[in-house]
Amino acid sequence: MTDRAQIDAEGLNPGDPLPMLPGHVSHGRFERVLRAGHFAVSTEIAPPDSADPDEVLRRAALFDGHVDAINATDGSGANCHMSSLAVCALLTREGYSPIIQISCRDRNRIAIQGDLLGASALGVCSVLCLSGDDVSVGDHPEAKPVFDFDSVSLLQTVRTLRDESRFLSGRQLDLPPRLFLGASINPFAPPHTARVDQFAKKVAAGAQFVQSQYCFDVDMAREFMARSRDLGLTERCFVLMGVGVLASAKTARWLRSAIPGVHIPDAVIRRLEQTEKPKAEGRRIAIELMQQLAEIDGISGVHLMAFKQEEWVGEIVTQSGVLQGRKPWAPAHLAHLKQPASA
Amino acid sequence: MYSVRLWSVRHSRRMEWLYNTFNPLVVKLLRGVVKVFGRRLDKPITKAEALAKGFFFDCKMCGDCALSRTGMSCPMNCPKTLRNGPCGGVRENGHCEVKPEMRCVWVAAWDGASRMKNGDVIRETNFALDHRLKGQSSWLKMARDD
Repeated sequence: MTDRAQIDAEGLNPGDPLPMLPGHVSHGRFERVLRAGHFAVSTEIAPPDSADPDEVLRRAALFDGHVDAINATDGSGANCHMSSLAVCALLTREGYSPIIQISCRDRNRIAIQGDLLGASALGVCSVLCLSGDDVSVGDHPEAKPVFDFDSVSLLQTVRTLRDESRFLSGRQLDLPPRLFLGASINPFAPPHTARVDQFAKKVAAGAQFVQSQYCFDVDMAREFMARSRDLGLTERCFVLMGVGVLASAKTARWLRSAIPGVHIPDAVIRRLEQTEKPKAEGRRIAIELMQQLAEIDGISGVHLMAFKQEEWVGEIVTQSGVLQGRKPWAPAHLAHLKQPASA
Repeated sequence: MYSVRLWSVRHSRRMEWLYNTFNPLVVKLLRGVVKVFGRRLDKPITKAEALAKGFFFDCKMCGDCALSRTGMSCPMNCPKTLRNGPCGGVRENGHCEVKPEMRCVWVAAWDGASRMKNGDVIRETNFALDHRLKGQSSWLKMARDD
């Protein structure tokens, strides 16, 4: 609650930027939590298929007091939803600390640089650079894929804007965007030996934090982290491991076969099969994963992806105990949105 | 052709040797050609490059050849044209998420690079492509660059 106290003391609105601390690159709370050495929890908000701003706030309110940052996905799975920039703008107005996801699939370098300036102007302090899913897997397979950048070029671009205060063209910016720079990693997909090198490449391109694809294999994560530590990557970059909440053995099998790059060991699926309450077991698995990952040297947090199970995020985080009693900031003035209108 | 492309990656060491041996000669020769003929021979030279590299690597004539830095696997064959490594969607069998019948070009790239003498350059970052170069000759670009 210290942030809240600071906001009150300094007479800021919830959406106003916090003062930037020495050694920080952004005004954001997410960077503060990580640099202070706390174990962080981030999660994902599913942008609505709607133009209703309250729907965004309702979905965000589910995470109040349990997460340090909320990723706003950018047409995930190449499906059309409300834009990540708009979701972030709605969230920053209320004081939330969103992470804007930018994928290279839909926009070229002109649009992306414009959006980065706009995001920073709207109070967004963290950005996650992604290549993006191909249009062929989404609901508009006839669309033109852009991929003017890849994720590494995108990272380099944000760094150029922020640290050199110029566009790629060389034209100067009056005020550079203050963005904490993130990327994704997937230690669980081939080419396995090259995945650490891929991580290193992203750090070299400017990544200050990374969030991973679903981790269901702690041994694999442990090995990946050992190699990352050997390369000194964990000293230069915060690692948040992705944790998923499986609803049933059937969903797990579907995820494994339909979403390339998702690795789920048979033992996990067996656990879901052998129980009478697969949903509760799925949450149990997520909690155990979080606890085990928190023990691994070099892991600074978890990124909890609870698609269609967002209402359980609070309970999962609380039961895992990874926050060690710390309560992330949440906007108190939105308490009335806690109860969904339909409930 | 897909099978030839895979062969080229399997023989990346030999390809690297060929590249290191003949590329300086080709560039030298082209520098002379450019001096004498100006731009008049650009078309046939570009065509020759497209045919040769098309046969061995399924080259897409991006105009900024990265083959020697990507294990002799052309990154432009990636459906997302990623030039800095694989995406997160590589299948368990090492194939592409978009084209399941195709081996991921970056799985191939790391494989090819592991056999090359100077394969480590695959670790370096490459900035996004200049799209104005598409369809142009990388050989002529090298000849004119210095």
